[in-house]
Amino acid sequence: MPLANFIPTADDYLRYLPEIILTVVGVVIMFLEAVGGERRKPALGWLAGAGLLAAIWGSVVALGVGGTGFQNMVIVDGFATFFRILVLVIGLLTIVSSTQYLDREKANAGEFHALLLFSIAGQCVMASANELIMVFIGLEISSIASYILAGYLRDDRRNNESALKYFLLGSFATAFLLYGVAWVYGLTGSTNLAEVRRVLMTPESAPNLVLMGTAAALMFVGFAFKVSAAPFQVWAPDVYQGAPAPVSAFMSTGPKAAAFAVFLRVFITAFGPIATRWEPFVWGSAIATMIVGNFAALTQTNIKRLLAYSSIAHAGYVLVAVTAHSEIGTAAAMFYLAAYAFMQIGAFAVVTWFSRQGEKFVNVDDLAGLGERQPMVAAMLTIFLLSLIGVPLTGGFFGKFYIFRAALDSNLVWLTVIGLLNSAVAAYYYLRLIVVMYMKEPGAATENIGPVSAGLRVAILGSALATLVLGIFPSLVLDFAGRSAALVK
Amino acid sequence: MSLLDLVIFLPLIGFLALLLVPRGAPGMSRTAALGISLVIFLVSLGLLGPYWFAQPTGYTFSTDIPWISTPTIRYHVGLDGLSLWLILLTTLLTPICIVISWKYIQNRVKEYFAFLLLLEFGLIGVFVALDLFLFYVFWEITLVPMYFLIGIWGHDRRIYAAVKFFLYTMAGSVLMLAAMIYLYNRSGSFDFTIIQSMIQTGRLSLSWEEQILLFLAFFIAFAIKVPLFPLHTWLPDAHVEAPTAGSVMLASVMLKMGCYGLIRFCLPLFPNAARSCSGWINALAITGIIYGALVAMVQPNMKKLVAYSSVSHLGFVVLGIFSFTQQGMDGAVYQMLNHGISTGGLFIMVGYLYERRHSLEIKSFGGVATPAPNLSTVFLITTLASIGLPLLNNFIGEFLVLQGAATVNFSWTVFAAIGVILSAVYMLWMYQRVIYGRATEDLAHHMPDLSGREWAAMLPLLVLMVWMGSFSQSFLPPISAQTAKILEQSKVGVDFRVSVKNPAPVLSSAVENKETGSAAR
Repeated sequence: MPLANFIPTADDYLRYLPEIILTVVGVVIMFLEAVGGERRKPALGWLAGAGLLAAIWGSVVALGVGGTGFQNMVIVDGFATFFRILVLVIGLLTIVSSTQYLDREKANAGEFHALLLFSIAGQCVMASANELIMVFIGLEISSIASYILAGYLRDDRRNNESALKYFLLGSFATAFLLYGVAWVYGLTGSTNLAEVRRVLMTPESAPNLVLMGTAAALMFVGFAFKVSAAPFQVWAPDVYQGAPAPVSAFMSTGPKAAAFAVFLRVFITAFGPIATRWEPFVWGSAIATMIVGNFAALTQTNIKRLLAYSSIAHAGYVLVAVTAHSEIGTAAAMFYLAAYAFMQIGAFAVVTWFSRQGEKFVNVDDLAGLGERQPMVAAMLTIFLLSLIGVPLTGGFFGKFYIFRAALDSNLVWLTVIGLLNSAVAAYYYLRLIVVMYMKEPGAATENIGPVSAGLRVAILGSALATLVLGIFPSLVLDFAGRSAALVK
Repeated sequence: MSLLDLVIFLPLIGFLALLLVPRGAPGMSRTAALGISLVIFLVSLGLLGPYWFAQPTGYTFSTDIPWISTPTIRYHVGLDGLSLWLILLTTLLTPICIVISWKYIQNRVKEYFAFLLLLEFGLIGVFVALDLFLFYVFWEITLVPMYFLIGIWGHDRRIYAAVKFFLYTMAGSVLMLAAMIYLYNRSGSFDFTIIQSMIQTGRLSLSWEEQILLFLAFFIAFAIKVPLFPLHTWLPDAHVEAPTAGSVMLASVMLKMGCYGLIRFCLPLFPNAARSCSGWINALAITGIIYGALVAMVQPNMKKLVAYSSVSHLGFVVLGIFSFTQQGMDGAVYQMLNHGISTGGLFIMVGYLYERRHSLEIKSFGGVATPAPNLSTVFLITTLASIGLPLLNNFIGEFLVLQGAATVNFSWTVFAAIGVILSAVYMLWMYQRVIYGRATEDLAHHMPDLSGREWAAMLPLLVLMVWMGSFSQSFLPPISAQTAKILEQSKVGVDFRVSVKNPAPVLSSAVENKETGSAAR
């Protein structure tokens, strides 16, 4: 091939606009951090926010010139755009909900915002990856930045523990993934998703199924780690509990959404032809994830840890949609991840505000009397919890409804029944928080809480509004998800 | 936008409006809540219009607009004779509940009344939703305010009761949700009227196993709500711990959601399964009637006694429904309303006694008649209504149910009638221990007679007890018109199954024999 073919066209750059914007803004923030004075620091948060907004605009522009770019390395379709915008919005909410926290912990520095942008850039790469190598690169960019974020308060022991665990286990997982990529390349001669699919579809060239299954299994291990699916979920509670609250909110939504995006794309596009082989494994993992998450959450007394287990359980629900491996299954997973992001970030934002300096108050019992003393915040947290339970007119309900509809559509009756019963079990531990807030005598921890900062207020109200809008008018997001869910063209 | 939509959404608007009332103004919240609920009641009376002189065959006041595009979910609501009275019962009881809570609720007043209005919104929605998804949405919405009403304003073990209530109902309803989705995937619609006509005309034919499993998924959700023995264990806890208004709404309207669901959805959608299961369902209903009565008899706590009497009374409703006779069904629906009025009244009276003595134990009363003659009289009328004295409302309902059951299987009637006798025993025994005897000094001192406000709350119920007991013809025609239709629909399925393809010949012939047998008799 002539060299000219390898020179990217203008459209290629446009398709990559969000990633470019994020990287440039991130680097600029790093630079300003070094040269700017102490007084400039709050401005860096604004700059990061502006960068994210610009990247959202960039995603829309990129969709306008949709298609594959950079020699088929990236693909910009509705699916990629959906996840790009989702992780960018998650980033915005994280930034507004972390300002008060960073001030409080005296850790307001540019690195935080830069790392956040880099992590999100990695997730955008994952969302638009059309190539196993790109998947790996995106995953690494996203992970390395979030390893650092998890241990951002470097004098805090729990932060360090969290970061170290996340780093060690995450590296193992990525190694598995990479090993799987190598196997796929060895068996099919390509790392391009569509090409892998084509090879698997052609009977003459199809590789040995046992070897191919091993390759898929290795990649599944990697993805399962990243989405905290059983039996690879053990890291999540320790990491989410130890990390700074806004970072936990981010890690349990952004990287998870992106990991599900590549999970769906790889398994439905590339491994679609052997779906009947991997389906039982994902089926088992989905059930185990839901059960482990929900039943472990029942006995938790730490709110962050409880939300961590609940986040495992919610990954289980999304795995149900993956198991369905149909277009409505994909659309359901997309919708669910969006709805889940808002309720999870909202709940964590309340925890961020409530825990106060040094995260002193993170026990369930500390919430006693919040309903009386801070009715507005308590009402918002109630909305998030009801959505996590799956009560109608919230995004969480419609998401679950849509996932189980997809599962039944693919004749996964038992998976649906077990999943729905699980969501009834889950109601118990979410209700416990509501019970403590409204029905227990006010305790010491709810006395003299400072006001909710403007940023947190935006995060909490915005998430609550989004949760309700997704529950009452799901079509706004669902129609787009439905149109973009056709991964195999 | 029809009158019905107004009745549905006014409570929601009221709920939102109440949230805007400042926290420091409890009086304003009370007045606003009462005003709104009275307006809703008056507006809802307009729904009687089409039913005044004639009985429309289809749904009246129906609205059918798209809500969610994929999957197709529509806001489809409509009114018929089955839902008409239940809605009026809801809109009548809400202001009554606000009146009886006027003084009792002193803490977080605004939220309390707001939740009552939200509950009203959910309840009305449940009775008029004709889209399965919409029905489920309203069904679940009712859980939230009731959970808070019990959990925040209830008695000592309120948290346990509230969580138990929520989880029980949730566990039942998730299976119903699965069944609804399954029906959607098979039929391509959530619209009840469409699915029902598809099943009737045979365009959607479900296999025998599918019918049974889907029926059970719906049935268990409804049976928990009714509650049918042995799924009733949440009810005594919820009733005893709830504040008076919560108990009233729970007993009078929320339990009817389950009965309503059985009639509206279970029978027309799964006629074959419903008929073939009717044997053991009726056995459970009769067990509930007798068991509830026996347990009520030994209760030392008045509220618990009334709660177990509900288990017993609701057994009659289920027996009436699953007798598959015109009288039985009419009686069941009538009994739903009767129970709403008389048991609601009983809970209110028990609430009045509680507010005076701060105790629900029967033994802390005695001799109430001397200091409070009016209260005793009102309590007596309510008690007699609940027992089923002729010329009072419960008599009509129970009689119709027993008559309907007798035409199918006389032994059912015999056993169920034992429940009627037992109800007289436990109610009168309680009345005697509470009202008669010698009043202690302390009790006489703390037992003022009914106040004007308390009279105002009970008077509409007393009028209805007599009216519904003496002139049942003012209420029955819309009910009969609708139950006849549902009975017809639940028969069509049997014919269809026998004639087209028959996976379970043994069961169907049993049903047929029963039919011809009853006809011969």
